[in-house]
Amino acid sequence: MGIFVSDVGSLLAALGTTITMAVIAGIGSIVLGVVITAARISPIPVLRGAALVYVQFFVNVPLLVLLVVAVFALPDAGLMMPLTPTAVIVLTFYEAAYTAEAIRSGVNTVSAGQIEASRALGFTLLQTLRLVVVPQALRAAVQPIGNVMIALTMNTALAAAVGVVELTSSANKLNLVQAQPILIFSVTGAVYMALALAIGLGAGRIERRVAIKR
Amino acid sequence: MRTSAQPHVALFDEPGPRTRRMIRLASVVSALALGALVGVGLWVFASHGQLAADRWTPFLQWSIWSYLFLGLRGTVEAAALVAALGSVLGLFLGVGRLARTRVTRWLCTGYIEIARTVPVLLMIYVMLFGLPQLGLNLPVLWKLVVPLTIANAAAFAEIVRAGVLGLPSGQAEAASSLGLSRGQTMRLVVLPQALRVVTPSLVTQLVSLVKDTSLGYIVAFTELLYRGQVLASYNRLLIQTFVVVTAIYLVCNGALSAAASGLRSRTRRRDPTGVVPVLPIIDTHVA
Repeated sequence: MGIFVSDVGSLLAALGTTITMAVIAGIGSIVLGVVITAARISPIPVLRGAALVYVQFFVNVPLLVLLVVAVFALPDAGLMMPLTPTAVIVLTFYEAAYTAEAIRSGVNTVSAGQIEASRALGFTLLQTLRLVVVPQALRAAVQPIGNVMIALTMNTALAAAVGVVELTSSANKLNLVQAQPILIFSVTGAVYMALALAIGLGAGRIERRVAIKR
Repeated sequence: MRTSAQPHVALFDEPGPRTRRMIRLASVVSALALGALVGVGLWVFASHGQLAADRWTPFLQWSIWSYLFLGLRGTVEAAALVAALGSVLGLFLGVGRLARTRVTRWLCTGYIEIARTVPVLLMIYVMLFGLPQLGLNLPVLWKLVVPLTIANAAAFAEIVRAGVLGLPSGQAEAASSLGLSRGQTMRLVVLPQALRVVTPSLVTQLVSLVKDTSLGYIVAFTELLYRGQVLASYNRLLIQTFVVVTAIYLVCNGALSAAASGLRSRTRRRDPTGVVPVLPIIDTHVA
């Protein structure tokens, strides 16, 4: 364990970068995902089409391509930002497509009878959404969103490929100096597993807390 | 009549004249807003000369496309290997996670949970920098395929497991009451139906797998993104080259995604309740 102690400062800083990226991109992608889902189920055809195009684009293009474009190609068009914020923005846009799909799967779990009943009671579209659909859809979407957040945390590692100094890249650097691949990479893997476990347990807790007792 | 453009659940009534006016107004406003967004983007690109014709005409030459298509061949090759190895491994892991023997169950569960929550890039770094230090240096293709197979097998296993668990238990009960052993029940009754139900999810996983092969960029394996990078550093047309690379990914994966959603709606049409999976009638249609 001595090899970790000598570099403990930079390793903790790298872990901090990973967690910060995951938290900011996570919150951002949930907010953006809600907006996209709202557009996706709205009665306005233009917005529905735009949301569909957005989701299909990000679901079908690899994250690494987007990162490489944002970091290496966009400066040619004068769009340049510091490295880590660029990676966080790309992650946010990318994962928002998946959060939108997760939220939409929650909307689809609300049975048609519920919506028909609320319309029979004379609720307007907004009332139906606010009082009947959204409360049930968000509860059903907790676990799927949790899975997207775990995937997002794993995907922050890709930022290492474009030069962001986060957990994966600093573990790699440490290994190049210390040459103890098995120990260093398994400890790093365990840290990612712990992060994923924490997100999974957190999602489970939230799901239980908001569950409707029937 | 509900058209396919409308959402799965009808959230709103057929709009009346006033609502139709509102929708038309909102459509115009949002179209203008989206158009303005695209316009600003194009203006930024144009102001840096990125839209100039001479930066795009090189892509009319066949040689550039054939150079990129060689990369696409690498992508397909890696994806096919990962799909073949990962789906077989995933099938065993998914069934193993439901096994009666505790040790098998625990081993499979442990593998799946670990492989799902370790970044693929970390495993690739192990292949690139870790194992060579220990004297094990795999060929470039396998440095990409091994980590992707490890990760995707876990994903395939979870899909298989979901399919098996989603099947009504009466199927397995009927099979064992007919005297089939557990292995026979799984092989002859449960799996053929379960796999048919989860086919769309398996195709969707294929899309994510093709995306993962872009990590070949890191191990310097000749796939689409890596070729794009090499080409861009040669012709200095970074934005244009990556636009073309992105478009190729969009076309290939978009076709797979469309196939997945086509399969999904076909299953739903045959079985609108979604309770009983598609009956194993001999199907002359090749999907």
